[in-house]
Amino acid sequence: MKLLRIIPDDTSFGFMAFRRLSFPFSALLSVISVAAFFAIGLNFGIDFTGGTLIEMKANSGKAEIASVRSVAAELDLGDVEVQEFGNQGEVSLRFGLQPGGEKGQQAVVERVRANFGKDYEFRRVEVVGPRVSGELVQSGILGVVLSIVAVLIYLWFRFEWQFAVGAVIATLHDLVLTMGFFAITQIEFNMTSIAAILTIVGYSLNDTVVVFDRIRELLRKYKKMPIAELLDLSINSTLSRTVMTSVTTSLALLALVLFGGSVIKSFSWAMIFGVVIGTYSSIFIAAPVLIYLGARVTGDAQDTAAESGEASKTTSR
Amino acid sequence: MLRYSRAKIAAVLLLVVAGFLYAAPSLMSPETRSALREAAPGFLPAWLIPHQAIVLGLDLQGGSHVLLEVDSAAVLKTQVATLRDDMRRILRDEKVALAGGLAVLPRGVSVRITDEAERKRVVPKFRELATPTSSLLSGGGTSAIDLVEDPDGLITLAITEAGVTEKIRKAIDQAIEVLRRRIDALGTTEPNIQRQGIDRILVQVPGLQDPKRLKEILGTTAQLEFRMVAEGSGASADVEMLPQAEANQPPLPIEKRVMVQGEDLIDAQPGFDQRNSEPIVNFKFNIRGAQRFGAATTESVGRALAIVLDKKVISAPRIQTAITGGQGQISGRFTVEAANNLAILLRAGALPAPLTIVEERTVGPGLGQDSINAGKIAAYVAAVLVVGFMFVTYGLFGLFANIALIIHVVLIFAMMSLIGTTLTLPGIAGIVLTIGTAVDSNVLIYERIREEARQGRSMIASLDAGFTRAFATIIDSNVTMFIAAAILFFLGSGPVRGFAVTMVFGIVTTVVTAVTMTRMMIALWYTRARPQKLPF
Repeated sequence: MKLLRIIPDDTSFGFMAFRRLSFPFSALLSVISVAAFFAIGLNFGIDFTGGTLIEMKANSGKAEIASVRSVAAELDLGDVEVQEFGNQGEVSLRFGLQPGGEKGQQAVVERVRANFGKDYEFRRVEVVGPRVSGELVQSGILGVVLSIVAVLIYLWFRFEWQFAVGAVIATLHDLVLTMGFFAITQIEFNMTSIAAILTIVGYSLNDTVVVFDRIRELLRKYKKMPIAELLDLSINSTLSRTVMTSVTTSLALLALVLFGGSVIKSFSWAMIFGVVIGTYSSIFIAAPVLIYLGARVTGDAQDTAAESGEASKTTSR
Repeated sequence: MLRYSRAKIAAVLLLVVAGFLYAAPSLMSPETRSALREAAPGFLPAWLIPHQAIVLGLDLQGGSHVLLEVDSAAVLKTQVATLRDDMRRILRDEKVALAGGLAVLPRGVSVRITDEAERKRVVPKFRELATPTSSLLSGGGTSAIDLVEDPDGLITLAITEAGVTEKIRKAIDQAIEVLRRRIDALGTTEPNIQRQGIDRILVQVPGLQDPKRLKEILGTTAQLEFRMVAEGSGASADVEMLPQAEANQPPLPIEKRVMVQGEDLIDAQPGFDQRNSEPIVNFKFNIRGAQRFGAATTESVGRALAIVLDKKVISAPRIQTAITGGQGQISGRFTVEAANNLAILLRAGALPAPLTIVEERTVGPGLGQDSINAGKIAAYVAAVLVVGFMFVTYGLFGLFANIALIIHVVLIFAMMSLIGTTLTLPGIAGIVLTIGTAVDSNVLIYERIREEARQGRSMIASLDAGFTRAFATIIDSNVTMFIAAAILFFLGSGPVRGFAVTMVFGIVTTVVTAVTMTRMMIALWYTRARPQKLPF
């Protein structure tokens, strides 16, 4: 049986030469992301803004979207966002925070039920008061910051400081671009999105660490090799793993996008974007950054003698 | 690489078998599960027998999640009022006449006693009020009330932060008890009521189509009072205007003095008025309540008695004759459901302080089932895609990885069933995602083996080097993932937490399955087949 090989065995691509393209390219993308973040802004869900989300399904199987829109607008509950989704007459209504503090929110559901209860089945009702939404914002930000700090500390222990800094630069890059992705696509940003972001952070770091592990190993092995060449060698030798894993992960995510239902869809799209960007940043950002930070292995000379024979074999291949 | 002790193989096999056994109950009917539990011999601890199905989150089985917050300001207000009453009692007992009276502050009460002899008598009694809080957490050393004595005779008793927290904690404990009784009376299955943080209560009730009734029952304080309707129109300090429960009715002047309170009720049942078959609530007082009610109605025949619930007048019937039997009925143009609710509320008792709904999430059962179906399909499709891809890339070794992958998913389910963590929709997404990432460890190992082989090592040396060298990388890369997932678990709430749980379990099991099990399978295959070169 002929087996599939995406990356040929003897691949030796000059990734480092690309940093003159990849750095400006990433800088541009980052600027666009930041600009989009401030100019367009995120489409915050009620988790963070507070308010009411109601999903209903027409009993007849077909939603009268225009009439839902006009009735909802006349409920005197401020701006309402009405959206049709799915193909069985599903409609979602999103109301902003009502005046009157925590108690003020409860009136929304009652009024919507009174108006639509006959023709629609209420599938989901979420009411988030002003206090809870404030706390969710806090814990979301705290979670992302904490995880980056925790990982930084771990990497600092396991690797040299240059590696930790390189990994964090790459992770921040992914974070900024993901925020830009949310801003530009206007996919709803809610607690699930925070989960997606943390998973992207985890995935991107995972990818970076695999490359870094190899760099560290080769640094110990080839003390004299120019750093750019060594980084290229490291990336090339881990390239087929990098590609394999992003393919399997993307396949799983693709299944979620296509079949996972509407709640999961935005999460899955963000994750697919994250996998692509995380893979890109490990190769084109995290590794070349090491050149500028002057990564070299200090100490740890004991294992070089044993492997030097092997080293000459590899370089001559 | 090749040698595995019998014990080690047995341990791994045992783990796999246990995994399948603990995951299996989720596929059975509830009847089979309870039969399994019944059939278990009594000397074994219950968790040892696999009978627990995975717990589905409210977003999958449908239900309501309501987060309530106690009104801390109201708790403090009652606390200050109690303090004022206690101080007034002490002053009366010690026969201390006051020039200025008691001054109620936001967090305490102050009083000016200019006579030093009187002060000497009163202060020790005041100090008794300031006994240390009973809370173990605050160390017992901090007092609930601070007493400050100014040289000019001003004595201030202030409720401390610890005192307020302690009171809120107690109010929550009490409220949880009351809510439990109320929800049990609704007859819903397996409600979950728990404290969250200092001043919140989380109520989760599965399988309610419309949580309106639940919310009514949760949001009502149910402070029932019997008070006289004031006669004449003279507005005095002892009378207040209270709104009527029925819409479009004018407020009534009600005396502030409470004749009998809801806490003296021992029973309340919904019923029908025999004259006009209107829904009513029949109630029964305890002995103290019956005596007070009897006395109050005897001296006020002909006057109107107001039945006040949470500062709203339900009805104000005229007292025809003295009611001394300790029984009565409340009528107020109720619907059947309203009478039912009121009876439940009165039986369960009043909340110690008002609760406000700060968050509500309800999922209908239809959507829950749709989500489960969508999750299943996504999981199957993901599994087929990944398994197929691994097989066409690595052939036989891909097959080994796929077997490990299946065991990996089974182990996640087994751990979740055993520990009793909840499976949510994001949790399903987490499992599907780990189907994609779990093979990463295998990919790392296999790619390393190939590299080693290409460098001219023998088959067995490549296998060995592949596993040992890839292992450090696997640990490093999984730890970073683990950190992110663990932080998400501690900070996330509800469904997102479910995602973090599956991620954490997924990471733990992938190290076991992808490393140990695959390695064992390859070792067994190698000793049998003695291949000359790698099959991929």
